[in-house]
Amino acid sequence: MTVRSVAIPDHSFVRAHAHDRILDAIGKTPLLRLGRLPELRDHPDVRIYAKLECQNPGGSVKDRAARQMIMDGLAKGTLGKGQTIVDSTSGNTGVAYAMIGAALGIPVELVMPSNVTEPRKRVVRAYGAKITFSDPMEGSDGAIRHVRRLVEQSPERYFYPDQYSNPNNPLAHYLGTGQEILDDLGSEVTHFVAGLGTSGTVMGTTRRLKEASHPIRCVAIEPSEAMHGLEGLKHMASSLVPGIYDAHVPDETLFIQTEHGWDMSDRLAREEGLHVGHSSGANVVGAIELAKRAIAEGKPASIVTIICDRGDRYFAPMKWEKSYVW
Amino acid sequence: MPVIVRIPTPLRTLTGGNEEVSLEAPATVRAVVDQLEAKHPGLKDRLLDEKGVRKFINLYVGEEDIRFLEGLDTKLTGNEQISIVPAIAGG
Repeated sequence: MTVRSVAIPDHSFVRAHAHDRILDAIGKTPLLRLGRLPELRDHPDVRIYAKLECQNPGGSVKDRAARQMIMDGLAKGTLGKGQTIVDSTSGNTGVAYAMIGAALGIPVELVMPSNVTEPRKRVVRAYGAKITFSDPMEGSDGAIRHVRRLVEQSPERYFYPDQYSNPNNPLAHYLGTGQEILDDLGSEVTHFVAGLGTSGTVMGTTRRLKEASHPIRCVAIEPSEAMHGLEGLKHMASSLVPGIYDAHVPDETLFIQTEHGWDMSDRLAREEGLHVGHSSGANVVGAIELAKRAIAEGKPASIVTIICDRGDRYFAPMKWEKSYVW
Repeated sequence: MPVIVRIPTPLRTLTGGNEEVSLEAPATVRAVVDQLEAKHPGLKDRLLDEKGVRKFINLYVGEEDIRFLEGLDTKLTGNEQISIVPAIAGG
C-alpha cells in the first residue's frame, strides 16, 4: 500500500471563523473524503472527496454565484438604489438571492416553476422574498421566459442577474471552488466531476483546475434523459442552453439516470452519514464511475465532486411524498 | 368522450411538439398510457418502469395525483384532463 502525504496549505491555520457579514461566511467549504464506499474498499489509492457546498449559509453551492453576481452589480452600479433583484430559479439560487437580499436590505422577487420543492418555497419566503410561479409543464425554461417578460415590461425596476448568462456565476467558482480544491489537495487531485445546471460550477471550477501545474481531468454530468428527476441539473440537448455554457470546457460528459442519483443519495445518508440532494447523488455516481476506471487502469486517483445541497431541502416537496419514505 | 393528456416540454419531442394529445375513451389511466404509446412510441418507457409510475413522474387526473386515487387502475368516465407533471423543475 502506498501512502501519500497531503500538503496542508498555510492559510488553513489562519482561516477566519468570525465574520462581519453573512456574505463572508460563503465559501471555504470543507472537503470530505468518502471513506466507506464499498466500490473503493480495497483501493486506498483511489479516493473520492466531496466538497460540502451544502455547508454554505444558504444551504447550497448557489450562494457563491449569487454573491458574486450581486456584488458585481453593486460595484458596477447596475444594481442601484430602489431596484429589486429578480431572476428565475429552480430553487437554490432563489434561496441564495433571498438570503443575500435580506442581509443587504435589497428586495428580491423570484420566478419558479410551481413544481419546485416545497421547502425551497418556504425558505425563500422566510427570508422575505416574493415568488411568482410559472407553469410546471414548462419547467425551468418556462421560468426563464417568464422573468424575461417581467424585465422587458419594467427594465428600470429590476436588477436581473440572469444566472444562466452572467459570467460572474462561473467566476465565483474560478475564484472560489476551484482555488479551494487546489489549496486543500494540491497536486493530489486528478479529477473533478460535477453536474450541469446553469453550468457555472463546472465552467468556473474547470477553468481554474486546468491552470494547475499538473493535468486534472474535468468531467460534466447531465441527466440521461430529457424528462428526469435530478433537480438543479439540465439535459442540455432538450433545454434552453445557458449562455455561460461552453461544451468544450469539460473533457467529457457522463449521462446519469435519475434512479441511480436518487439511490446514491439514499446510500450516502446510510453509509457515509451524508444526507444530500439528488444532484449530489448523481455527482457521486459520476465520481464512482471515474474511480472504477482508475482501478481498472491500476492508477491512483483523487476525484473531487460537489455536494450541492442537503437532502432536507427535498422533504415533502409534493403532495404525493406523504406516502414516500426517503 | 375524448380524454385530453397534457404533455410537459421535455416529452414534446415524442409528440411532434404537441402540448396536448387527445385520446378516444380510455377506461383507465393504464389505458391512457397504452394509447399514448401506440400513438407516440417511446412515451411509455418515459413514464413507467417495472414497478409502475416512475418516482419522479406525476400523473394527474384533473387536480388529483393518481397515487391518491387508484394508481394506474384509476377509472375514467371521459372528458377528464390528464396531466403528466415532472416532479422537479429542472436546472
